[in-house]
Amino acid sequence: MADIGHTIGLAHYLTVAALLFATGMFGIFLNRKNVIVILMSIELLLLAVNINLVAFSVQLDDLVGQVFTLFILTVAAAEAAIGLAILVVFFRARGSIAVKNISSLKG
Amino acid sequence: MIETLVFYMFAAICVGSGVMVISSRNPVHSVLFLILAFFNASGLFVLAGAEYIAMLLIIVYVGAVAVLFLFVVMMLDITVVEIKQGFQSYLPIGGAVGLVFLGEIIAVGTSWTMAPTALGNVQAPANAGTSNAVALGHIIYTDYVYLFQAAGLVLLVAMIGAIVLTHRKRPEAKKQVIADQLARSAKESVEMKKVETGRGI
Repeated sequence: MADIGHTIGLAHYLTVAALLFATGMFGIFLNRKNVIVILMSIELLLLAVNINLVAFSVQLDDLVGQVFTLFILTVAAAEAAIGLAILVVFFRARGSIAVKNISSLKG
Repeated sequence: MIETLVFYMFAAICVGSGVMVISSRNPVHSVLFLILAFFNASGLFVLAGAEYIAMLLIIVYVGAVAVLFLFVVMMLDITVVEIKQGFQSYLPIGGAVGLVFLGEIIAVGTSWTMAPTALGNVQAPANAGTSNAVALGHIIYTDYVYLFQAAGLVLLVAMIGAIVLTHRKRPEAKKQVIADQLARSAKESVEMKKVETGRGI
């Protein structure tokens, strides 16, 4: 088992990832005014997941984790592009991107 | 020693700028802090020995995604004052969910152990001789080539989707209609006139 670095253990990386993930979750729940910040929070969540994958990949000496990180990066980029495109279209239609106003589909 | 210090620097700035992403008033500042978080995360990856993913993070995220975010934030006209209301009303539910999540993470993090069979499941051990990028390339283009193509397809679909969503037809804009151009005949567009000698037109 190849240790991450020489002195820094797996737990340190997992702690950073958990803190980032919690930050992203807080961002989704607390920023109910602005959709762009919610999209950025999703990016933070994906970044935390990537840190987890890379940490375990290095710890177990298995490169497949880094391959999966690559695919998560791809999906995150696609998601950001589509999300921002939807945001631009919505802004054109409504003139605002406040979360409060996105309720026309509510039953 | 120096490695530990560098790790703590990257980790602290990464988490701190993550907090600033969700708490800053101005969305432009949020995007800039997101870029800072990605830079520091890629520093963490370099420290862990995953250089290829680190460079990918900088090129793809900072170079493309964050710039896209910045572009959209600056294109949409969002005023700074209307951002922050509603923070108080969603604090209880958000705080409850976040605290439950943190409690679960701490419970798992303090009690988990690696399964003894986990080391037997290693699919692609990194060779000591090759660099990270070379080793990754070897398995991406052999074992994972179909998934790699599928990832390219995902990006293609995302690109087409973004174009289809944001493209708008403007009736006042003049466009070239090749069929109309080709359907013109000389009879309707050219006229022969008699010009008297020495008079001009």
